[in-house]
Amino acid sequence: MIRLRRRPVPPPAPQPGDVLAEAAGLSVRLGAREVLTGVDVAVRAGELLALVGPNGAGKSTLLSVLAADLPPTSGTVRIHGRPASAWSAPELALRRSVLPQSASLSFPFTVEEVVRMGRAPWASARPEEDDAAVAGAMAATEVTGFAARPFSALSGGERARVALARVLAQQAPLLMLDEPTAALDLRHQELVLRLCRERARAGDAVVVVLHDLGLAAAYATRVAVLRAGGVAADGPPDEVFSERLLSEVYEQPVEVLPHPRTGAVLVLPDRDVRGG
Amino acid sequence: MTLLEKPARPEPEQEPEPAPVPAPASAPSPARPRQRRTTAWLSTTGLLAGLLLLIPVAAATGAYHVPLGDVLASIQHRLGIGGGELDRVAESVLWNVRFPRIVLALLVGASLGCAGALMQGVFGNPLAEPGVIGVSSGAAVGAVAAIALGLNFAGNWTVPVLAFVTGLVTVLLVYVMSRSGGRTEVVTLILTGIAVNAFAGALIGLFLFFADTAAVNQITFWQLGSLSQATWPKVLAVLPCAVLGLAVAPLYARRLDLLALGERPARHLGVDVERLRIVLVLVIALLTAAAVSVSGVVGFVGLVVPHLLRMAAGPGHRFLLPGSALLGALVLLAADLTARTVAEPAELPLGVLTALIGSPFFFWLLRRTRRKQGGWA
Repeated sequence: MIRLRRRPVPPPAPQPGDVLAEAAGLSVRLGAREVLTGVDVAVRAGELLALVGPNGAGKSTLLSVLAADLPPTSGTVRIHGRPASAWSAPELALRRSVLPQSASLSFPFTVEEVVRMGRAPWASARPEEDDAAVAGAMAATEVTGFAARPFSALSGGERARVALARVLAQQAPLLMLDEPTAALDLRHQELVLRLCRERARAGDAVVVVLHDLGLAAAYATRVAVLRAGGVAADGPPDEVFSERLLSEVYEQPVEVLPHPRTGAVLVLPDRDVRGG
Repeated sequence: MTLLEKPARPEPEQEPEPAPVPAPASAPSPARPRQRRTTAWLSTTGLLAGLLLLIPVAAATGAYHVPLGDVLASIQHRLGIGGGELDRVAESVLWNVRFPRIVLALLVGASLGCAGALMQGVFGNPLAEPGVIGVSSGAAVGAVAAIALGLNFAGNWTVPVLAFVTGLVTVLLVYVMSRSGGRTEVVTLILTGIAVNAFAGALIGLFLFFADTAAVNQITFWQLGSLSQATWPKVLAVLPCAVLGLAVAPLYARRLDLLALGERPARHLGVDVERLRIVLVLVIALLTAAAVSVSGVVGFVGLVVPHLLRMAAGPGHRFLLPGSALLGALVLLAADLTARTVAEPAELPLGVLTALIGSPFFFWLLRRTRRKQGGWA
């Protein structure tokens, strides 16, 4: 019962464009509330997909369902081509990693111990690789400086980066991050999204729930705009981010303009309309 | 869901020192965790040495004094490695009175320490302990029922078996009642403990009411938590429960570490949380039943012991679980030695002694937890 099961085999490296997570005709009901209705989304290798939308649109719920945390009420969810419920927990852990919205810890483990927990799915088959993955993830998120401090003694932003380092150390080909930038300062917001883009360019599939449309426009390869439990638009940010759509979805006038120097898409709330 | 979780209040904002030069990827892990590993090894060695020292001393000390040299000689003789047989009285005192008592103290202490550490890990709460949250009382109900009703369906094992069954029901009950949204709030846990303790107390009272005088005496004495009736058959009665529990617990150490992140993150890292929970609740019930069916409710060992070890060697369960078993055994052996020598020829009840020392510690721990959380919600 304890160690009889064979150790799960890591998946082969995905090819660019492989669909690593997919929802079709997805509906989720939580209690009496229909949180998602008829959602179709695919997450492909080599792509950074941003889920945006107003509060309560169902972004986090969609992420939970794609991560196999939450069973759909109807519709199908496939992870690495197989129905989400067909995978065991250890198999899933080698295929997708998830960053929760808030990180908590019951006991005072140190930062390095927390990051090392991300290596658990690999069952310590290769300790040198574990060390390298942990050190690399800590350096990338700039938490090496307080590796020996207990997690409980960190500020909110530092905790968020440590949690991200743990998720990176897991080295799953599918990353799912729920508001990774919420607690971070300007510099670290950019850092985190750069990291996400690097992972996508290296061939992983990355899904990020974001509130900052500017960040989504700058870094995402594809954006899915959610509204009231459905997908209002899905495509590259410069196609999807139109003033009409965003103003309508957020019920707030929005300006979309090209950056004067680079021409990149800028999204700003139109502050002239009210109070001027 | 996570939205409802109140993020733990961060400590007074400390400016992160942004490491301007990221360490190269090959940089070895910093010194602290390695230090912790060294501390863990040192602590284990220290605990083992302490046990090896205290056992002969406990065997020598008592109303009938046996010189330490004689104790060692007798042990050697029994092991067939030299030494020599003592006179009949000394041999009998050692092997029919003292050693069963010592072994029982070790088993009970190890079970309590390990059960405490496990329970804190499963609940994700450093205040969880079999005595505090009522699991010991729950197990006591089964034991009292067996004594009061004169049950004997499993011979020598009747009391432990019944204690296990009622203990198991209690852990499950407390677990279901005190959790919401994948978390156990301290207040809910303690209040649940009060309710469960009260209910168990009422059931025990009921059994006492209907029991005859001999059974009442036996139960009263047992409830105070004493090891004075130790015999080899008693050791045998709890041995299977304790050994099974102590052997299984360390297999789940890594998964318990991951559980500290919360249920969902643990599942994301490949832990089958539901199965882990079921197995560990069974193990907790086994260990608590082993301890309770011998010596009544001996409180606070499961609280103090893991806490001290966490402060010394960090919260990693790979050391914490076996370490708590060792320190629990050491503490209980020392407590029992004190209980039977400090007021000679009378004997202090063991449960009274551990509660005297443990309650103030529990109080301090409560204050500290409250300060860290910024008050109970």
